[in-house]
Amino acid sequence: MTIAANPPGASDVHPGRLDEATLKGNFADLHPLLTPHEARVEAERCYFCFDPPCQQACPTSIDIPLFIRQIAAGNRSGAATTIFDSNIMGGMCARVCPTETLCEEACVREAAEAKPVVIGQLQRYATEPTIANGKSPYARGAPTGKRVAIVGAGPAGLACAHELAIAGVDSTIFEPREKAGGLNEYGIAAYKTIDDFAAKEAAFILSIGGIEIRRGQALGREVKLEDLQRDYDAIFLGAGLGATNKLGLPRETELANVIDAVDYIARLRQAKDLSTLPIGRRVVVIGGGMTAIDAAVQSKKLGAESVTMVYRRGREQMKASAYERELAQTSGVIIRYWARPVELEGRGDTLSGVVFESGNGDGASAPAGSVFRLDADMLFLAIGQRGAPEALDGAPIEVRNGRIVVDSERRTTLEGVWAGGDCVYGGKDLTVSAVEDGKQAARSIAAVLGASRA
Amino acid sequence: MADLRTNFLGVKSPNPFWLASAPPTDRKVNVERAFRAGWGGVVWKTLGEAGPPVVNVSGARYGAIHGPDRRLIAMNNIELITDRDLEINLQEIKEVKRAWADRALITSLMVPCDEKSWEDILARVEQTECDGVELNFGCPHGMSERGMGSAVGQVPEYVEMVARWCKAHTRMPVIVKLTPNITDVRQPARAAKTGGADAVSLINTINSIMNIDLDRMTPDVVIDGKGTHGGMCGPAVKPIALSMVSEIARDSVCAGLPISAIGGITTWRDAAEFIALGAGTVQVCTAAMTYGFKVVQEMVTGLADYMDSKGYATVEDFRGRAIPSITDWQYLNLNYVAKAEIDQKLCIQCGRCHIVCEDTSHQAIFARINGKRQFVVNEAECVGCNLCTLVCPVEDCITLVHKVAGVDPRTGLDYDRAPANWTAHPNNPAVHAKAAE
Repeated sequence: MTIAANPPGASDVHPGRLDEATLKGNFADLHPLLTPHEARVEAERCYFCFDPPCQQACPTSIDIPLFIRQIAAGNRSGAATTIFDSNIMGGMCARVCPTETLCEEACVREAAEAKPVVIGQLQRYATEPTIANGKSPYARGAPTGKRVAIVGAGPAGLACAHELAIAGVDSTIFEPREKAGGLNEYGIAAYKTIDDFAAKEAAFILSIGGIEIRRGQALGREVKLEDLQRDYDAIFLGAGLGATNKLGLPRETELANVIDAVDYIARLRQAKDLSTLPIGRRVVVIGGGMTAIDAAVQSKKLGAESVTMVYRRGREQMKASAYERELAQTSGVIIRYWARPVELEGRGDTLSGVVFESGNGDGASAPAGSVFRLDADMLFLAIGQRGAPEALDGAPIEVRNGRIVVDSERRTTLEGVWAGGDCVYGGKDLTVSAVEDGKQAARSIAAVLGASRA
Repeated sequence: MADLRTNFLGVKSPNPFWLASAPPTDRKVNVERAFRAGWGGVVWKTLGEAGPPVVNVSGARYGAIHGPDRRLIAMNNIELITDRDLEINLQEIKEVKRAWADRALITSLMVPCDEKSWEDILARVEQTECDGVELNFGCPHGMSERGMGSAVGQVPEYVEMVARWCKAHTRMPVIVKLTPNITDVRQPARAAKTGGADAVSLINTINSIMNIDLDRMTPDVVIDGKGTHGGMCGPAVKPIALSMVSEIARDSVCAGLPISAIGGITTWRDAAEFIALGAGTVQVCTAAMTYGFKVVQEMVTGLADYMDSKGYATVEDFRGRAIPSITDWQYLNLNYVAKAEIDQKLCIQCGRCHIVCEDTSHQAIFARINGKRQFVVNEAECVGCNLCTLVCPVEDCITLVHKVAGVDPRTGLDYDRAPANWTAHPNNPAVHAKAAE
């Protein structure tokens, strides 16, 4: 990505638009941790439903009524264990899950009074002390002598490794980046995971032992699938997605300040000092998913004067939930629907504006076929990522739309190879789904290897 | 506007809401604040005999159990009778009565179980010109170890004896305050009546330890590492009080004995319930100790509005009206059939009705209809027990419906049968014994 800070008169991109205190406030915890009293009162709202709809809605099937009742009864660590039994990344999921479309949408109190039990916040309350303690509450299983190669240290890979460790199966994780955690570390909005939580959670998971991480190792580059097949008893692929999609417009790759949102967010997440991060005065974000929302909201929080998110389709088609949209809008982001970019304007080799054409949607933004232009000092592209099947080096693994096809046990079509997380076909692109994939794959692997969870 | 004035044993008060003998009524400053807030009467905190006053602990004397939002469900205390000098109390009672002639002022008493002690204290109390006395035969802690309070109230013969002494030595109305820490509350009530008492008041507090501190392995309210049982009061005791009041109200021996009801009264509705069971006045403590004296304003307006809505001009118009509906189990109509019905429009699908019925009752609520989550009563199994309606979080979603036409699929019997109770039921061994005679 090229970010150019231009002289006045040209585009306006600067670091440090806001002072340190304001930035600190803007990037503070989105939902502060519940106090014990708040947690108890909220926990008592749970009806302890039969065959709980919330649990059914949870991709990892956490026994939500049980952990909430444990909170109500003052057993916080027991509540944490109930959560970790189903989801070792319950801490991060409590922060980033779109609960409004999962457990909380299913909560009967949502039906009753449009006010579900705040399951996500209770889950965070339950898990916080155990993760802060830094030690996995599970014991590593008796050694089986089996070894599994895991590609990618993201949520799927870490969950898989932890579950295998419980079964006494050691694993080696091959990870291209410096830190473990995947999108938890490099992707998710900063205000959802403050105080270096992703790294703390990764350390908590790794504390079980029997998990080695080899950094700087990308599949298809430093390490080949056939090597892993030779050296390990099983392989789990959890490398996430590859390159981001492009608009396909002229000058897209040449103009400065046309930026890949995924890269920018990673840079933001790793920034020691947010006031050193350049941000435009007028920012345009193209896309309708979580990455687009995160880029838009964080641009605003960094001090952009105007942020407009433009999505080619309507509200209903948007991947970002109503809650996320509201978060963006209350942060001052303007959302425009049914418009697609048709031209990038530049002054010299620097972006100056984006021209859009309205689609034939609801006509709310503009009449179909009409053209409008937005001044833009910075343009974020958040229009999805492609799979990276080329890393498989042509191995006989079925791939659809660039993503790996798996069965219910997360087995690929190649024996001895499992996969999970964003890289598999039909996934939800959620942390919680990736954790479930890793867990299910580990159980399947352990069964095949004759190792079972203690 | 309903007239809330009451006349209890000739003692008049502008409304039936009295403060019970307890910490809120220990001194003039409190009592006058209560009267200013609108309380109709006060039972002054229990006076003991002349001489050195009792000594209270200098530490926690109250315990409680709370709901999740810290709502106080019940409280208990180990406070003794007044620890102020008798003379000060008597002087203040006199002053307050003079200043507040329209309010009821009863003095609670507890002295050793000999006639002289009662004679002496009654003579002193009469001089205050208060409206009556209440004999504290109820406190279950501290004083009971010294042969007073509930130690007297638990022995009907003592109750009768002391009541008789008091009636002999004073012209004032005598109310006997009963302890609930007894098997059959009618026994001391009958004794009080036999002894000549003008009324009973009940219930006093219930023996209780509120919580155990699992770290210190002591009661959670402790004095230097040790605790003792206290007397429990507050919303949680109301059902016990209602039952005990009803037993006395229904008792043929006690018939007509005036009752001042006490026990968990927190709102106008609680008070109205006790009045419906025959109470002439109600006494309140915990609600005041939880919210302050202003709560009486809710009680007064609530009771008046209720009475207006029902067309009751005075408290007497509905006093005791619920008594005839309370009977013994054996007289309940066994041919009456009610079954639960779930309003599908109100149901929020929590499934609690199903799981409690399935696990703990009659397996009479389906959880799925045509493979879909839906909760429907199975009339072939439902006995109308009411558990589902009680655990349902939605008001009026599940109701018990009286079945009047058709055949009960559970029993094969017609819904519409003549009333019949256990006394005539073929399964009752006593019926057979009688037939064989």
